Amino acid sequence: MDALPKWADIVLIPLVNLALALAVSALVIAYIGENPVEALTLMISGSVGSAYGWGYTLYYATNFVFTGLAVAVAFHARLFNIGGEGQALLGGLGVTLACLYIPWPHWTLALVGASVGGALFGAAWAAIPAWLQARRGSHIVITTIMFNFIASALMVYLLVNVLKVPGSMAPETARFPEATHLPSAFDWGAWMGFTKSAPLNVAFFLALACAFGVWVLIWRTKLGYEIRAFGQSEPAAVYAGISPTRIIMVAMLISGGLAGLMAVNAVQGEAERLVIDSVQGAGFVGIAVALMGRSHPVGVVLAALLFGILYQGGAELEFSMPAISREMVVVIQALVILFTGALDNMVRTPLERLFLRRRRRAA
Amino acid sequence: MADGERGGTRAPSPPAIELRGISKSFGPVQANKGISLTVAKGTIHGIIGENGAGKSTLMSILYGFYKADAGEIRIGGRKTDIHDSQAAIRAGIGMVFQHFKLVENFSVLENVVLGAEEGALLRPSLAKARKLLTELAREYELNVDPDAKIEDLGVGMQQRVEILKALYRQAEILILDEPTGVLTPAEADHLFRILCGLRDEGKTIILITHKLREIMDVTDTVSVMRRGQMTATVKTAHTSPPELAELMVGRKVLLRVEKAPAKLGPTVLKVDNLRVTDGKGVERLKGVSLEVRAGEILGVAGVAGNGQSELLEVLGGIRPGSGSVTLNGQPLALSGPRSDGRARRMAGITHVPEDRHRLGLILDFTAWENTAFGYHFVPEYCHGGMMDNQALREDTEGKMRRFDVRPTDCWLHAKSFSGGNQQKIVLAREIERDPDLLLVGQPTRGVDIGAIEFIHQRLVQLRDAGKAILLVSVELDEIFSLSDRIAVMFDGRIMGERLPHETSETELGMLMAGIDGKAA
Repeated sequence: MDALPKWADIVLIPLVNLALALAVSALVIAYIGENPVEALTLMISGSVGSAYGWGYTLYYATNFVFTGLAVAVAFHARLFNIGGEGQALLGGLGVTLACLYIPWPHWTLALVGASVGGALFGAAWAAIPAWLQARRGSHIVITTIMFNFIASALMVYLLVNVLKVPGSMAPETARFPEATHLPSAFDWGAWMGFTKSAPLNVAFFLALACAFGVWVLIWRTKLGYEIRAFGQSEPAAVYAGISPTRIIMVAMLISGGLAGLMAVNAVQGEAERLVIDSVQGAGFVGIAVALMGRSHPVGVVLAALLFGILYQGGAELEFSMPAISREMVVVIQALVILFTGALDNMVRTPLERLFLRRRRRAA
Repeated sequence: MADGERGGTRAPSPPAIELRGISKSFGPVQANKGISLTVAKGTIHGIIGENGAGKSTLMSILYGFYKADAGEIRIGGRKTDIHDSQAAIRAGIGMVFQHFKLVENFSVLENVVLGAEEGALLRPSLAKARKLLTELAREYELNVDPDAKIEDLGVGMQQRVEILKALYRQAEILILDEPTGVLTPAEADHLFRILCGLRDEGKTIILITHKLREIMDVTDTVSVMRRGQMTATVKTAHTSPPELAELMVGRKVLLRVEKAPAKLGPTVLKVDNLRVTDGKGVERLKGVSLEVRAGEILGVAGVAGNGQSELLEVLGGIRPGSGSVTLNGQPLALSGPRSDGRARRMAGITHVPEDRHRLGLILDFTAWENTAFGYHFVPEYCHGGMMDNQALREDTEGKMRRFDVRPTDCWLHAKSFSGGNQQKIVLAREIERDPDLLLVGQPTRGVDIGAIEFIHQRLVQLRDAGKAILLVSVELDEIFSLSDRIAVMFDGRIMGERLPHETSETELGMLMAGIDGKAA
């Protein structure tokens, strides 16, 4: 009874959405007197046209895979976790504590330790809204978004008053010890042309592993079955003996943990210290990534790559076309989020009609 | 209207509805194959057919929910393009759905006007509706308090509001989809009086039902559908229930359940002073006591809403209660974590819930995923936290074959099956678990004759295998033909127990209304 064939749902609709977003962006760019074609070319060549570009693009994509998966897992339980931003911030705290205060002999062990720390702190930050939802019925959208602000304030406080290096002016922690530094793309991918400056690091592979893990979780495990059943219908889940409290808690813990893992890439892998606002909006981009990726891990990875291109390409654009300001780039990114995430049905309904008509003609 | 006023002159007025060669496919499934149907003006036209025969699809096309792949619709002799429900309403078609589409916390008046307001201000529309409602109430016994909130009304009343909604939109043609499924016998009779009144005023009524008795009682003409095709259209006066049943199913059908006398075993379920209080603090079960023995079907009769649902839910582990319940002598927890659906299944109780759409199935899951629903933890399907989807699919295919689920494709989503086939998926899952006690609610609600026969046979087979069955049904026929013992519930209590051969529908009807003839 599905009106659209599966490929249209998965491939065509996102592409049409993307094309629309780019078309509107082109209008905006043309309006301020720049050449849209040139701008688009710059964005693409700046993000995927060189190993240098890829080094950044994939680094951003890694962040978005983590936060996108976080939103996707919660979404399968029909929980809208808007708190990826705050959970990733707290994940940064977990990663920092693990890196700064435990003497790791080797980066592999430090990666494991920091991952555990990041996931635990992210999960703990998600646990409070989850508990409030499960036990008190406080709406998770409201509580998670509020927890973003609390997280942000908390991190500022900690960085200014507790974690700052004494005598330093910058609200940031000391640099992590050498043994916790993750191999960057230059270390393992110099043969592909990655340079020393590339922020891409081994956390990229952790992100891919997490995507695979989420796929197994959702479609192959008992827990995933329970999460999906609960997401489809709470009364039916109760009939089947699935505890709503348990599913809300577990789904949100996994979701928060995945968001927290983002810090392994951004804090441990790239900055190698904790700074103010280590997440930089990746938590919110994760929502768009999950929506565009239809909450499927493969879709999330592809959507994350797209947003990585937008971020890196946008930065290049800003650099090479002075007329296009930082704000302009944000407008383009926002248009993509708007069209791919929020305005999905605008394209879907006419496309469904089109397919129905075509099918009728064929029949 | 003009035709109706000319009523006396027998000029051949065009038929109210004429369908020509309507076809509709969903993917590979052809739901309607070249259907032609003529409904004469001012008649009650019944449409019967098994689930999946294509009745609902046909009516959805007529009401603009689906667009036919081929064919044309003529309303009052004029070719009409019905592309959405607004167009259907403009063409004078009103529909009363099986599941009402009312706003619970709006008044009757507000619901009637909703979507048909004239102008920006509500007041004139409400005043007009109030006037119309009083007229209709006088003319057709359609009395409803215009200011009552929908949530305070019983289902019979809610249905009248749906009819009023259609009439307010000047419907000349009224389609009713399984209208009596939720009504008591008395309410159903009242509904039919209303329908006959409307017909005598020149309105045309299409009645979709699976109950042959209703067809025989109220329709003028009846059309039978089978497998997407219209197999026959006959004058009701010239046919009989067995003939219709045969036309529907394509073979002879047993309208009565054949069953041997019960071979009673030991007591399986013993319920003592069971109480349930709902979320709003209302006591729904007020001290229910009953017993079910092995090899016995205990039928619980009653008007919907007298505590039968709560009885099933507390025994099935869906809601907490207090009192004492034992299964094979072992006490069951009635609250806390050990009282959930999983604990009940492990104890040997399986449950076919009353509302398969809300509880029994996940409509967006495939048939095989639904087969694991409630049993996703059992070792056959799940090893060490991982689902064995391959084993599950094989098992599902077997179940679908044994329970004659059509189409036999375990990858189809539950929502793509017809009501009867959905119910068979649930039954297969719950019966093949080999339970000590099976809880069954409304096993044949919205299910066609062929499937009813099959479902009844399966329940009797389970009983003959020495299992205990607690059956809740609002269909007295079903209670009579299946039960070895009948308990009647009223207002959260058991009003009395009777043996089917020692009681009558009248006596049970009294008990269902809370009057104990014997005690008085």
